[in-house]
Amino acid sequence: MTAGTGHRPQHPPLWRDIRVLHALAQIVAAAAVAVVVAVLWWNLTNNLRRAGLTTDFSFLTQPLGVDIAGSGAGPGTPIWRGLLVGVKNTFALVVVGVPLLTILGVVIGVGRLSTNWLVARMCAFYVEMFRNLPPLLIIFSFFNAVVLRLPLLEDSWNPMGLAVVNNRFIAVTGFSAQPGFGVYWLIIGATLLAAVWLWVWRTRRWERTGSPHHRLAWSGGILGAVTVIAFLVLDGPVALSIPVLEGRVLEGGFRGLGSYFAVLVALVLYTASHVAEIVRGSILAVPRGQTEAANALALSPWQRLRYVILPQAMRIAIPPTISQFLNFTKNTSLAIAVGYAEITRIVFQTIGNAQPAPQLVAVLMLAYLVFSLTISAVVNILNRRLRYVTT
Amino acid sequence: MSLETVRPTLPAAPGPSWARRNLFNTWYNGLLTTVLGGLLFAGIWLGARAVAGFDITILEVNLRLFMVGEFPRDQLWRPWLSGGFLAAAIGLAAGLIQAGSRERAARSGLPFTPTTPRDVVRRLAPVIGLVVVLLLLTRTITPTLLTVVVAIVGIVFNVSGRRLHSRWGWVGVGALVVAGYLSLAAFGGVGWEDWGGLHLNVFLTLAGLLFAFPVGILLALGRRSALPVIRALSVTFIEVVRGVPLIAVLLFGAFAIGFLLPEEVRPSQVTRMLIAITAFEAAYVAEVIRGGLQAVPHGQTEAAQSLGLPGRKTMALVVMPQALRASIPPMVGQFISLYKDTTLVAILGIGELLETSFVVNSQPDFLGKGLFVVTLAFAGLIFWVGSYTMSREARRLERRLGVGER
Repeated sequence: MTAGTGHRPQHPPLWRDIRVLHALAQIVAAAAVAVVVAVLWWNLTNNLRRAGLTTDFSFLTQPLGVDIAGSGAGPGTPIWRGLLVGVKNTFALVVVGVPLLTILGVVIGVGRLSTNWLVARMCAFYVEMFRNLPPLLIIFSFFNAVVLRLPLLEDSWNPMGLAVVNNRFIAVTGFSAQPGFGVYWLIIGATLLAAVWLWVWRTRRWERTGSPHHRLAWSGGILGAVTVIAFLVLDGPVALSIPVLEGRVLEGGFRGLGSYFAVLVALVLYTASHVAEIVRGSILAVPRGQTEAANALALSPWQRLRYVILPQAMRIAIPPTISQFLNFTKNTSLAIAVGYAEITRIVFQTIGNAQPAPQLVAVLMLAYLVFSLTISAVVNILNRRLRYVTT
Repeated sequence: MSLETVRPTLPAAPGPSWARRNLFNTWYNGLLTTVLGGLLFAGIWLGARAVAGFDITILEVNLRLFMVGEFPRDQLWRPWLSGGFLAAAIGLAAGLIQAGSRERAARSGLPFTPTTPRDVVRRLAPVIGLVVVLLLLTRTITPTLLTVVVAIVGIVFNVSGRRLHSRWGWVGVGALVVAGYLSLAAFGGVGWEDWGGLHLNVFLTLAGLLFAFPVGILLALGRRSALPVIRALSVTFIEVVRGVPLIAVLLFGAFAIGFLLPEEVRPSQVTRMLIAITAFEAAYVAEVIRGGLQAVPHGQTEAAQSLGLPGRKTMALVVMPQALRASIPPMVGQFISLYKDTTLVAILGIGELLETSFVVNSQPDFLGKGLFVVTLAFAGLIFWVGSYTMSREARRLERRLGVGER
């Protein structure tokens, strides 16, 4: 190309060429890692063989060897089924715990900024108290000082006949499925979608034309009407189910083990203290001018919070809050200490039954990783959506 | 006419009292105050009655187990000596930080208010209170005297640290920490396999972060590297470790590390926990340092390059020092969370503080007396004081360093 200038491009010698050096560095790093992994692998297979254990995952079909309380999985269940029960139990903590800790965290976080001195102080006390205790200690304390001190199974509490409380489990009134249950939920699901669509439509119309939206009446009305009519047409697809203790056997109701509640309450209290700090920080991070502008527009304190402060604070708070949800999920593994059969405990017990530990720990890590990485992916998308669009 | 005089005069709040303004300013605040005040009163009442009824003999008898585990009685001078070294190290470090900020203030011409002894007492009030509680549980005068000696050592080193201007001061801090370790383990002492109680928690925290630090720096640099293979390796390690709970890593340490090593190498249980904790913390430290690196403006790199510094020196002399400075407060946060997380080794039956507070309940004298509440509250108090004090100091440090301010 540059013929005629008489200038040949100068290549540095190979040992000083940056491209060569980069490639070399990567090859060396990859080779070093490969060698280490190979050595570990060789040790692993040798050690497993010497201990008379399998080197693959075929052990997953062998019997579990232990009983998982309250799940129907017994000693004869294959290990993989037991692990699935563990995952399900972990989810039982997460699904109930996350909404609870969000509500508690927001209430406490807003409470810390209250103009009421006593409220602000008590919220601060709560946060400083739980944030600085080890979560495992909180779980232990709840289990030993509260759950185990509940009455024995034989003399369970039975408040108003609607619940059964003892130191083994707590059962509350729930619902039971009658014929037509599946159809009923399908109808309700479809109506819910329709209600959401109506809500959006009314909002859009209101924004476009300014005519009153009445979106609550529209959506709520349709949902309520369909729920009631379908219930009557299907002749009662769900019924109340009251827990009754017959001797030592429980009939009906929703039942949770005492250890479940200990872990749930302890971790909700612990994680909520962190969420409260995030909420407080996010509200304080909204520039003061926004409050002043809202005051200048004569918005009421409630309107100021609802339409000006919270929407902006939410953008700041959501990513760290979701990382707290992840922490909550990871901390559910502490349930191992009080014997609640989530996945970590089942892996622990299975290792105790002379099954190969390396593979089991790998399965455990994989289970948490799938969950964590899914959530992180969602967070990344959310972050992109929530970013301020400037100019 | 000044602005002050045109300010509209608001109607005076009904009643001048503080309570009216801060507790009963609206009807719902009045309601909240009444309800919460009632709850608070009931809580304090019940709590006081419970505390008054508890038998604390279990704490008095087992104080040594709580503090240092099964450390041999005739070797107990070692933890005290080590405590002296540690107090000296903390005192010296605090003094050096003071000297540093005085110097910076002098250079920038800003006013500098030195920390007075009264400030220190106020900031360390929870720790002092805890020490008093612990000493009340002892039955002889010796621990009290030794505590006073340790405190004096700390103060002496603090005062001398404030006068020191040299970088060697920090080398001294390191040397004191090493001396603290050696006074426990070397020369016929007790290795960490047999440590326990609070002492083991502190050791696992300090050693875990100390070992994780260099690994974390390498991982953070690896994650920002221009070389795809190295970046991929670092990212994989960091994200895998951060995606799993610490217990999973500890289980790996307890049950799987043995399979990965040759037959003749069988590290002790505590060592395997330390390896697991180090691997776990390295990933978090890497993220903290990456945050610090991101906080260094790009202009710094460009300025270093325009001065003709090669890449390695740009990183080591210009970027990394600033990044490390910015990552001090989150690093303290990491330290606190590891301090709380060291309780997890209890699940694998290692006698740290939480495990101790559990097993003392199965001693014949206390079996079945339901004293879990007492022992767990005691352990909780110790963890709380350490973690609360450190988090407050971290916040101060953050303000003082001016990082985190936008």
